[in-house]
Amino acid sequence: MMATTQTPSPSMKRRRRARQRRGALYLVLLVVGLAAPFVAYPVFLMKVLCFALFACAFNLLLGYAGLLSFGHAAFLATGGYVTGYLLSSHPALPPEVGILAGTLASLVLGLAFGALAIRRQGIYFAMVTLALAQMMFFFYIQAPFTGGEDGLHGVPRGHLFGLVDLSSNLAMYYFVFAVFVIGFAIIQRTVHSPFGQVLKAIRENEPRAVSLGYNVDAYKLLAFVISAGLAGLAGATKTLVFQLASLTDAHWHMSGEVILMTLLGGVGTLFGPLMGAGLVVSLQTQLAQSPLGNWVSVILGAIFVICVLSFRSGIVGEIDKIVRKNFK
Amino acid sequence: MTFNKRTLAGVIAVATTALATGTAQAQMSDDAVRIGYLADMSGTYRDLAGPGGLEALNMAIEDFGGEVGGVPIEIFSADDRNSADVGANTVRGWIDQENVDLVGGMVASSVSIAVTKVLEEANGLAIISGSAASSITNEHCTPNHIHWVYDTYPLANGTAKAVVEQGGDSWFMLTADYAFGHALEGDVTKVVEENGGEVVGGVRHPFPTSDFSSYILQAQGSGAEIVGLANAGSDTVNAIKTASQFGLTQSGQQLAGLLIFLNDVHAMGLEATQGLLLTTGWYWDMDEASREWAERYFERVGRMPTMVQAGVYSSTMHYLNAVEAAGTDEPEVVRAKMAETPVEDFFARNGRIRADGRMVHDMYLAEVKSPAESTGEWDLYEIKSTIPADQAYRPLDESQCDLVNQ
Amino acid sequence: MTMIFGVPLAVFMGQLMLGLINGAFYALLSLGLAVIFGLLKIINFAHGAQYMLGAFAALLGLQYLGLDYWLALLLVPLVVGGLGMVIERTILRRIAHLDHLYGLLLTYGLALIFEGTLINLFGVSGASYPVPEALQGGLNLGFMFLPTYRGWVLVAALAVCLATWFIIERTRLGAYLRAGTENPALMQAFGVNVPQLVTLTYGFGVALAAFAGVLAAPLYPVSPTMGSSLLIVVFAVVVIGGMGSILGAILTGLGMGLVEGLTKVYYPEAANTVIFLVMILVLMLRPAGLFGKEA
Repeated sequence: MMATTQTPSPSMKRRRRARQRRGALYLVLLVVGLAAPFVAYPVFLMKVLCFALFACAFNLLLGYAGLLSFGHAAFLATGGYVTGYLLSSHPALPPEVGILAGTLASLVLGLAFGALAIRRQGIYFAMVTLALAQMMFFFYIQAPFTGGEDGLHGVPRGHLFGLVDLSSNLAMYYFVFAVFVIGFAIIQRTVHSPFGQVLKAIRENEPRAVSLGYNVDAYKLLAFVISAGLAGLAGATKTLVFQLASLTDAHWHMSGEVILMTLLGGVGTLFGPLMGAGLVVSLQTQLAQSPLGNWVSVILGAIFVICVLSFRSGIVGEIDKIVRKNFK
Repeated sequence: MTFNKRTLAGVIAVATTALATGTAQAQMSDDAVRIGYLADMSGTYRDLAGPGGLEALNMAIEDFGGEVGGVPIEIFSADDRNSADVGANTVRGWIDQENVDLVGGMVASSVSIAVTKVLEEANGLAIISGSAASSITNEHCTPNHIHWVYDTYPLANGTAKAVVEQGGDSWFMLTADYAFGHALEGDVTKVVEENGGEVVGGVRHPFPTSDFSSYILQAQGSGAEIVGLANAGSDTVNAIKTASQFGLTQSGQQLAGLLIFLNDVHAMGLEATQGLLLTTGWYWDMDEASREWAERYFERVGRMPTMVQAGVYSSTMHYLNAVEAAGTDEPEVVRAKMAETPVEDFFARNGRIRADGRMVHDMYLAEVKSPAESTGEWDLYEIKSTIPADQAYRPLDESQCDLVNQ
Repeated sequence: MTMIFGVPLAVFMGQLMLGLINGAFYALLSLGLAVIFGLLKIINFAHGAQYMLGAFAALLGLQYLGLDYWLALLLVPLVVGGLGMVIERTILRRIAHLDHLYGLLLTYGLALIFEGTLINLFGVSGASYPVPEALQGGLNLGFMFLPTYRGWVLVAALAVCLATWFIIERTRLGAYLRAGTENPALMQAFGVNVPQLVTLTYGFGVALAAFAGVLAAPLYPVSPTMGSSLLIVVFAVVVIGGMGSILGAILTGLGMGLVEGLTKVYYPEAANTVIFLVMILVLMLRPAGLFGKEA
């Protein structure tokens, strides 16, 4: 990632070059993103973008703070349910308010879960988040406003800011794209801010960060809350796209899938989760309609095993390694 | 981010020899009638519909001759993994990209409701065979779908009424604690009380639950004659199994299952399920026509068909006949044609499609045989009585469906 | 009749008994997790799948080989444990030097593979395994009718738990194990074959899960998904107890079974969530867990 040495001139040059390269990459991606719905099926693209945002949010925690949450489905689902419930019960409400409310709800839930989970470390952290998310799953089955097993249906897409009719897939796509860009920008800023540097320091060596005087728990909690909020934003947006919210989003398999997306694309890289989400969603879409459809979970499991055994940097991480080796 | 999205069309079987000379069919929306089969192919409901349902669909198309109105019939299939968004997304893709004319199968109610909302927007057509929720043709009705095999209304009412009439008038309800269970519990309570019975107690268990021993103990302590199971799937299976271990039936109480299917009884075995009363829309061994079809199915699949799998065949045939008769695959026209034709085949007796999209037909009260009575692996039910089509389902004057009151 | 908070004493005692039986499963499974964690430092996410494999192996053994229950109870843990040792040798060992989170992810992937494969082979409705003849029928305990088999489950599970405790705390092999947990490098220097010890330990933990699976087979439908949701509850139990002590894992398992059993009487709506709520409480009051050592 970023050079951390303090020798001024060569490192500054390298940084500037890295920034330029990144800038060019952003520009290309922006153009691709804007043109994509004319080439590919917009609903599919929206699904990819929602999961990409979800994976990016998750990656903020795992990749930059070293915290493995096995319960991120809870935040995705909370964003989705709150947004879905508000928009279907108050059809006059503009969609952006619904999405903000869903995001906020996930933030609050993230604050509560984060405060509990950071009391334990490493593997315990993963188990605590998994258990808390499972509790939310049971809560959402029983809660009267989620529609239980049937889920929430027919959530109106409405008019953005009272002006833009989102019922057209193209308009909806650009809205989702904008949401993604905003979410991505927040993550990018977080990672490259002093706050992000401290997170990385905690990830590398927590005792040292403590001895340097950082309030490690506060940093972890803030990272957790930002990640939960963005996961909620992804869930809220997804609910608007598909006009439904269901238990699938709250199930622990979803927490596993987002880990896989991040791992496959590259933990701790900015673009890895985007790539991973695209691949996993495409794979699921393709497999579901093929004779191999029954084997989806086996194939996902196999990818997991392969990634952990011999592909731990993920696709983007591996590319990064090659680029560094050859073009430096 | 350029993921090639053009689906490598998941055509599983193109049951056709392409008509190169092309008898121009101006009425068909394009050069084929396309049927998408959407169901849980790998999860909880796999055995109820799943791959067996797809095979039933294939059988229907083969029996029909592979083409309708001069154009070939194509089949698509997908696993919805019991997820509403996967299901809705798949169907959206089918409609937008493949011009699918009919969506069939569908089990989890959440998936069915989500899919029908998509189809209503896109003006498509679906025939739902697997789902239980009666809300599908009640508050969630659309002009774009038909509900074929059964729903909770006859299952709960048929069983509850029959049990009370046989003298089982004090009930203990074991209810899954979510919207579906509550609705079922409400329906049953109403029927029990209307027929002079009484619900003396109940317990709401979390969904899902694997250990029912505690609740069975509470049911035993209640002194009720009948223990009604207002739950579904693995919960019902677990409850029945546990009840048998705790000797619930030996101590004079009887179980009334509300949502139990052939595959469940087969999986649990007769030892645990004997004497259980249930309502079914069809049973493979109920008469000559059913047996004849079921044996053909058995040869291909190796299991006897459930009512859902039989329903997939029956509904597909009815659809294809309507397309042939109407000379078009326009959803509204076909739906109207289907509704004006009575449904009478190996599956449905006295069947007709109502304005709300409900295909009403005779339902049957069955009792699970004891191991001694059974003569084979699949000899599981004895049909006790028939519930006539016009009494089995929710009366239209109680309907909340907008299509009914127009 | 004596009443306890509005529930007749007899019913209350019956429910406690049932809670204890469920607790025995929690104890067996969390014990296996604790044994594995002690030496390998990974959380075995495939534990639920291995429990399921135990039940399936018993079922298939009965159907195809005519293997009766008692033999299954003996052989299945050996077979599934052996499979575990193969997995440790061929796969887990390769990531032993990495962050232990990778072990969690890897075993999660394995769990998906096991579960998905069995779903494809056998469907999910599940099949039933008959209660062995010698244990059919029930006992009248005065306060309840207890199916004999459930009584047996409690006895067998407790016996295995205590035997495990004895091996680890009171034998030479156990001493190696405990020392290996503290300082593997030193053990290696003393001439103990640590890699072999690791393999054996993982195999033993897996065998415990498989044993629980065989015990569960006559109670619940044997289905590919029977292990995964149970495992999450066991995780919560492990967080509550902390994985520091063997006895702690056993006691916490039994205790949580009792708590859950009582919830089913007084507030059944929360029966699925009560253990998670206890976990939250423990995290707030005693973050290291009831028997935890580490800060």
